[in-house]
Amino acid sequence: MINYIIRRVLWAIPVLLIISLVTFSLAHVIPGGPFDKEKPLPAEIIANLEAYYGLDDPLWKQYTDYLWNALHGDFGPSYSSRSRTVNDIINTHFPVSAQLGILAVIVAMVVGIPLGMISALKQNTFIDYFCMFFALLGVSVPSMTLGPVLVWIFALKLHILPVARWGTWQQAILPAFTLGIGSAALLARLTRASMLQVIREDYIRTARAKGVSEEKVTVHHALKNALIPVVTVIGPLFAALVTGSLIVEQIFAIPGCGKYFVTSVTNRDYPVVLGIMLLYALLIIVANLIVDLTYSWIDPRIRYS
Amino acid sequence: MELKSKEKEKFESETVILERPEVSLWKDAFRRMCKNKMAILGAIIIITLFILAIFAPYIAPYHYAESNLKDNYAKPGDKYLLGADFMGRDVLSRIIYGTRISLSVGIIGASTAFILGVLYGLVSGYYGGKIDNIMMRIVDIMYGFPTLLLIILMMVLFKSTFAVTTPGTIAGTLSAIDNAFGGLFFIFIGIGVTAWIGMARIARGMALSLREKEFVEAARATGNSNFQIMIKHILPNLIGPCIVAVTLQIPRYITFEAFLSFIGLGVNPPTPSWGMMISEGYKAIRSYPHLALYPGIALAITMLAFNFLGDGLRDALDPRMK
Repeated sequence: MINYIIRRVLWAIPVLLIISLVTFSLAHVIPGGPFDKEKPLPAEIIANLEAYYGLDDPLWKQYTDYLWNALHGDFGPSYSSRSRTVNDIINTHFPVSAQLGILAVIVAMVVGIPLGMISALKQNTFIDYFCMFFALLGVSVPSMTLGPVLVWIFALKLHILPVARWGTWQQAILPAFTLGIGSAALLARLTRASMLQVIREDYIRTARAKGVSEEKVTVHHALKNALIPVVTVIGPLFAALVTGSLIVEQIFAIPGCGKYFVTSVTNRDYPVVLGIMLLYALLIIVANLIVDLTYSWIDPRIRYS
Repeated sequence: MELKSKEKEKFESETVILERPEVSLWKDAFRRMCKNKMAILGAIIIITLFILAIFAPYIAPYHYAESNLKDNYAKPGDKYLLGADFMGRDVLSRIIYGTRISLSVGIIGASTAFILGVLYGLVSGYYGGKIDNIMMRIVDIMYGFPTLLLIILMMVLFKSTFAVTTPGTIAGTLSAIDNAFGGLFFIFIGIGVTAWIGMARIARGMALSLREKEFVEAARATGNSNFQIMIKHILPNLIGPCIVAVTLQIPRYITFEAFLSFIGLGVNPPTPSWGMMISEGYKAIRSYPHLALYPGIALAITMLAFNFLGDGLRDALDPRMK
């Protein structure tokens, strides 16, 4: 087990290295430099700026310098907003994306898990079909459709929530729902499937035979075990929601990492592009690692070698 | 006595299946799917969308780029059934032409993912060992990439590399192809590069277990080459679940395109992409909510239809899942 963990953690290092190399190359192959403005700067100034940031070094040196600094926790300066470093930018914008991601996960759990439970307990009744139809709807309606609809209803018609931006809790409701509802539907389907499997197990029949009340059987015996597969997907779900929140950030003008990434690519702000890419890749890798480990921890039948 | 006749019946039905196994699997699946109302509804919607896409010039009341500036922001009415946008272009016509974009992205994304992913997974799973190890490590690396960010980076790269090139060169040819597709060509590439990974994992897992089966051993014993075994014996057995998986992925590819067009990295204007229409309409949502709403509904219906069909296919091909 320990061996497995060590191997997995060590394997993350070459993965991150290759991702950084690919991103670095892609970013540098894009024509145009960070100092191309609509009103061109004099060549001397550009040369000075490039010398200052080390952009006149050969590419391999730029890359190794970057890696060396990144290993020391310094992700370099931002070329387009001169006064800030990439660390500053990530420190300001990542918490926003993370908050949005956490809220969306909460929405997904609070809506999805009860829906799946009810559906499973009332299997093949009208309620079940209704819940599952809602789930399918939730999976299918993209945030690009849902976002504008929610804004139109709650912000422009009913005037109870703000249209956009980030800061107060009211401003967080619509984006969190827009981002979370698709995953709520996924969780509902997962909970239903897992619950249906669990309530057919022998120990549930035993509990019923012993005269345990139906409520207690559902909550204490069935739900606890049915939630295992659901809990394990929460980590990757969070990673997926954070890294995929770009659309919602665009719609609601939320100053998150994803929105900043799009701007940075357009501005050829290489260090920011690399920084955000590596951060998100790390997030995905860690989430996947955690899910594999929790599987074996929760279900001792799974052993890794 | 009764039991015996039942056993006989069972035996007979088994022999029938043995005689024509492939036909009966797909026929059986098709029969089961016909009973699934949702799947049929999904299929009907998708067929309708295809008809709209193919015959768009005959169905749409206007051309997608035809703009009457004096009619800008016209409300839905007799002249424009779903209203007109900021340039006075008919929203309905643009939605109808937009099916071409969304469907082609969905279909081409799915085919690329399917062909690349299934072949990759097949080879990796069938050979196993060292080859499998290396091939799956590559998949792991691809899996670590934040997909959306990677696609955005590639789109910016494609758009700016091939933006200003002279004809005759490779870049110029690619750029000309892209322009002919209204900016779609690079989206196909972007989706193709990222979409095959999930499919490769599914195909690899199945190939890994299938290669241990007796029929593979039998095929090898009768002197089939590795290539023959992979194509004739393993591929047909893993194709069903892969088709299901890829159908359920089509909505994802469609949203990728819509999203790229939404942030201005997708199709070139005036090509009517639903994502671009939503983004243009969203800017005016305060006064003209219908501009963002209708393309949004079209997008949602398309995705719903593919999900209906995908779910139906899955239940039909693997009834145990239900």
